[in-house]
Amino acid sequence: MDKYSLHLKIFLYLSIAVFFIFILLPFVEMFYASLRPLKHIFRSPYQFYSDDLSFWAYREMWNTVPLLGRYIFNSFFMAITVTFFTLLFVIPAAYSYARFNFPFKQGSLWILLAVNMFSGAVLLIPLFKLLRYFDLLNTYFAMIVPGIAFCIPTSIWLLKAYFEKIPVELEEAAYCDGASRMDILFRIIAPLSTPGIAVTAIYAFIQAYAQQFLFAITFNSIREYMPIVSGLTEFIGYQSVKWNEMMAASIVGVFPVLIVFIFLQKYIVEGLTAGAIKN
Amino acid sequence: MKKNKLNSYNSQYFLAYILIAPAVIYLLCIVGWPLIETFRLSFTNSSIAGEDYVGFENYEKLLSSSKFSKIAIRTFVWTFFSVLLKLIIGMIGAVLLNASLRGRSFFRILVLPPWVVPIAIGALGWMWVYNGHFGILSGIGIRLGILDGPFSFLAYKNSAFIATMVTDIWVGVPFVTLFFLAGMQAIPRDLYEAAYCDGAGRFNRWYHITLPQLTPVIITMSLISAVSTFVSFDIIYILTEGGPRGATTTLIIDTYKMALGNYKFGKGSARAVMIVIMISTFAIAYFYLLSRINKKVSHG
Repeated sequence: MDKYSLHLKIFLYLSIAVFFIFILLPFVEMFYASLRPLKHIFRSPYQFYSDDLSFWAYREMWNTVPLLGRYIFNSFFMAITVTFFTLLFVIPAAYSYARFNFPFKQGSLWILLAVNMFSGAVLLIPLFKLLRYFDLLNTYFAMIVPGIAFCIPTSIWLLKAYFEKIPVELEEAAYCDGASRMDILFRIIAPLSTPGIAVTAIYAFIQAYAQQFLFAITFNSIREYMPIVSGLTEFIGYQSVKWNEMMAASIVGVFPVLIVFIFLQKYIVEGLTAGAIKN
Repeated sequence: MKKNKLNSYNSQYFLAYILIAPAVIYLLCIVGWPLIETFRLSFTNSSIAGEDYVGFENYEKLLSSSKFSKIAIRTFVWTFFSVLLKLIIGMIGAVLLNASLRGRSFFRILVLPPWVVPIAIGALGWMWVYNGHFGILSGIGIRLGILDGPFSFLAYKNSAFIATMVTDIWVGVPFVTLFFLAGMQAIPRDLYEAAYCDGAGRFNRWYHITLPQLTPVIITMSLISAVSTFVSFDIIYILTEGGPRGATTTLIIDTYKMALGNYKFGKGSARAVMIVIMISTFAIAYFYLLSRINKKVSHG
């Protein structure tokens, strides 16, 4: 095939640069803002360069919003809980979809996809009533219970694809040797599919972490239970907004998720795209 | 499906259903029942105080109100351009990241952050970018002499409409790019080599091979993007809360405000049902389109 000419190469790199300016602009701005002293942020006209950058906001933010650590903890705690319960529901279901044929199988898989379409926002009113009825409003569960439901469908699709890759002959051999269904699931399938389960877990975690905002502002008004995404509003004070600390806290709040994702991105991206491309 | 000992086992339906039962029951409670309840509530005047059935009153009011049709049209315009630009920019991104250049695998990771980071936090970053006094857009505008002074992009009707759309595009582009890229990598290389030997240039190869081969993925991504854009909530809620003067109020924001701002559950539910109907229409149109394309492909 033809090689890139020098002109084309330069053009491609320039285009990539423009593309990434768009993708990374808000992050760069956030990071830059977090490094500047508050009074210099408001310096007008806009300054592209500033010589007084420091990590001061990253220390001060813990004093401005004393519960900040709690918010970050809440975010992780809720996302991990959602992930755990999602896996509990999804592992048997995905195995069933991968290994058995039963009436209404394909239909129910499509309905699962449809669940994804009715995002939480459409169903908020009955969810609000449901949570109020069970007295779950203003608790961790107000954000965890709906969170699990919206993680289940995609997770089933993801994990089903992994289970399907495990040769059925392995199971047959074990079956002939007298192993029970449960033995097969836990002794053979589970260990072999650890990478698949790990990817599904990471996916569920990221999804759970991302969708907290809507459930948090709607179903919870108690500060102690707030996740970081809604806790950030506390940097908006009566007199001034501590922008630099707010941006610093945002960065600290998402950094761990980003790092985990970057290390595992290859598997997640492959897992997610494989199903859609095959269809 | 291959016949084997396990699948001929007679009690397999029972076991299969037992295994999916927990997930299905959970979804029926948290998604299924709320969906039905939304339909029921839409025929009532439910609020914190109580509820009575009012028949089609909510719908009649909704459909005859010019405000609602304005919001609906605005939502469609917002969704249409947002999805269109997501697809175009996503395609450009995929072509760029598919080029065999040095640093390609690094670029493929670099594209992910907008998708991984919670939308609420990404939106906060954009809020900063759009700020009139210390945002970079206004800053560049002033330096270049395009703007006379600080310009708050979120404070004016048209600019706020476009600004929320740009942020939504930003959130959606990585996902679209990834899927287009995966689709491109699944296209057999010999197709390109054959076309190259026949003297087809780069653009022609893209137009006559990549684009048709990618059509199913493009259609799938249009549906997924259209649905998620149509009910995109976090971005608008954080950036403008539907303002200024309603300029960025989409159906989902209107529904949210009616239901959980004013606690008018009945009226809010009628709006939610309208959204469900519109989304279902998208989905049905999508499956119709996809089945027609599949037919075309299989017939040659």
